[in-house]
Amino acid sequence: MAQIELPSYLEQSEAVRARFDRLKSREVILEVDQLGKVFDSPQGPVMALRDISFKTHRREFVCVIGPSGCGKSTLIRTLAGLESPSSGRVLLDGREVTEPGPDRGMVFQGYTLFPWLTVKRNVMFGLQMSGHAQSVAEGEAMDWIELVGLGRFAESYPHQLSGGMKQRVAIARALANQPRILLMDEPFGALDAQTRGKMQANLLEIWRNIDITILFITHDLDEAIYLADRILVLKANPGEVNELIEVPVPRPRSAEQFIGPEFLATKKRLEELIHPPSDDDDSDALNMVRMTRVGDSVENGLEEIE
Amino acid sequence: MSNTVQWFAVRRALPQRQATVLTVFSFLLPLLVWALVSYVPFLWHPKVEVTQPGSVTWFKEGMLVERPVFAEQRQLALESEAEPPEGKRANPVYLPAPHEVAVAFYTAFTTEPKRKSEKWLHESLWHSITIIFWGFVLSSLVGVPLGILCGTYALFSRLNEPFIEFFRYLPAPAFGALAVAVLGIHDGPKIAIIFIGTFFQQVLIVANTTRKLDVSLVEAALTLGAKRLQLLYRVVIPGILPDLYRDQRILLGWAWTYLIVAELIGTSSGITWFITQQARYKNFDNVFAAIIMIGIIGLVCDLLLAKLGKRLFPWEQHKEQ
Ligand SMILES: Nc1ncnc2c1ncn2[C@@H]1O[C@H](COP(=O)(O)OP(=O)(O)OP(=O)(O)O)[C@@H](O)[C@H]1O
Ligand SMILES: [Mg+2]
Repeated sequence: MAQIELPSYLEQSEAVRARFDRLKSREVILEVDQLGKVFDSPQGPVMALRDISFKTHRREFVCVIGPSGCGKSTLIRTLAGLESPSSGRVLLDGREVTEPGPDRGMVFQGYTLFPWLTVKRNVMFGLQMSGHAQSVAEGEAMDWIELVGLGRFAESYPHQLSGGMKQRVAIARALANQPRILLMDEPFGALDAQTRGKMQANLLEIWRNIDITILFITHDLDEAIYLADRILVLKANPGEVNELIEVPVPRPRSAEQFIGPEFLATKKRLEELIHPPSDDDDSDALNMVRMTRVGDSVENGLEEIE
Repeated sequence: MSNTVQWFAVRRALPQRQATVLTVFSFLLPLLVWALVSYVPFLWHPKVEVTQPGSVTWFKEGMLVERPVFAEQRQLALESEAEPPEGKRANPVYLPAPHEVAVAFYTAFTTEPKRKSEKWLHESLWHSITIIFWGFVLSSLVGVPLGILCGTYALFSRLNEPFIEFFRYLPAPAFGALAVAVLGIHDGPKIAIIFIGTFFQQVLIVANTTRKLDVSLVEAALTLGAKRLQLLYRVVIPGILPDLYRDQRILLGWAWTYLIVAELIGTSSGITWFITQQARYKNFDNVFAAIIMIGIIGLVCDLLLAKLGKRLFPWEQHKEQ
């Protein structure tokens, strides 16, 4: 097979460059400034995040990727206000974040719909917390439920929904508060590939149609490239910013682009960052010994059939 | 696939039919043992009921004597060629046969009390139920909110639970004399014993149930803008309600087990008074009937509550098989 020459992931077409210029001229919604987080554990302090700094602009879609345990969840929980930073600051619209609030919507990896409430009541929850009248909240909730395509299930309980439907309700529930930014922690991680693909397309559709900034955590490189304007790559121990990549794939995105040159170039770069080519360091390789008995050679068996 | 029933499959439900059959058997088996011991003459039956005293002067008709004693007297009578006594094997008076108890179920209600001041059975039963009711309700009125607070706020947990943990090891009946001294000899101390027996366990169990609520639900609510008391009323309490209900059912069962001790305190009353009274008259069929009645009331109560629970918490149904 002929080796295809990939362009550099840094090469941007005219349209893409113009788009990034416009994006960066927009106001800054979220600013993370030298954020650090240390956990006290029985084994001593664990540094989960060190010196994280980045900005997201209005209506930007930022993905965060990094190896498992590098502190992605810790980062997003700190942005949400569920953890307090050990050092540095998180600013939303220039104001420091100190506690959770409805201006930052959150979609968790696990299912966190309230099991005792119907889909409609779940989506109404935030509106009621902020003191909206019942009828107003009901109307708005129905709009959001329609937006995620679950109008028929408004009166169902969460346990009657599939995993993908639950996450759609969770998105509607977070958006109903009209937050400044939507924080999503591997929201589609538990879904099968097909459902996940649909959910990604849905999410892009929603994002295009409303004024929302999204910070999305994933460990799936394709997902990150497909969704993001920029990708924040973290490295582990402690979690630090490795690189912030501008995705050169033009919008609107489609599944065909998965094999396009920009897409592949970006993916190659992400792979280099996440799995650096190691020469001496084999610590990830399993220390395996052959466990089949002599004479049970599986490969040989297959060859004989041929 | 085979259709044979997997009787020993770990953590799997049995098919409906087999499950029902086993439920019936769980009641039938003890009943069967009881019936066998009662109706098969050569099983146990350590006594002889005298049907005809014969020449033995101290025998009377209907009298129960030990088998060896009867055999000896009969032997003596036969040897001296006097009229031998006749008798049939019988169980001791404290083990009535199932049919006698079944009859007692009816007659116990219709038999007039021996003395004017004494109560009918249904009055005694009702009195017992009110004791349980008030003991349990008073305990729940304080115990459930306190348990929820302990499970929700570390402050309450630290402040209350260590002491409660200590107190729950003190056996409730130990407070009987004290309760009488403080609350008199009537219903007060009895309700107090049920209360003491229930309350301390209740706080700890409810606190634990509250702590088991998935904390990510609370976090989700926080990111949706819920604050302080909203978290308690809109997330914690509705979130634990089905489990709380289950706890209460179990605790109500415990409250019943304190009933007999409670009713012995001060002036004996209720079903306990009936049982001790009937035992004194040696009406053991009535004693058995009363004991079984307590079981039936408890079981029926629990089944009704379980049914009600299914209606109250429709979102919980998937958890049950
Ligand atoms: N509450 C805590 N106490 C102590 N250590 C913690 C706590 N939460 C997270 N950590 C540690 O911080 C590090 C980052 O955890 P985090 O859950 O943020 O990783 P992650 O990137 O989300 O991983 P994954 O991809 O597996 O979800 C881990 O080493 C973890 O052990
Ligand atoms: Mg995580």
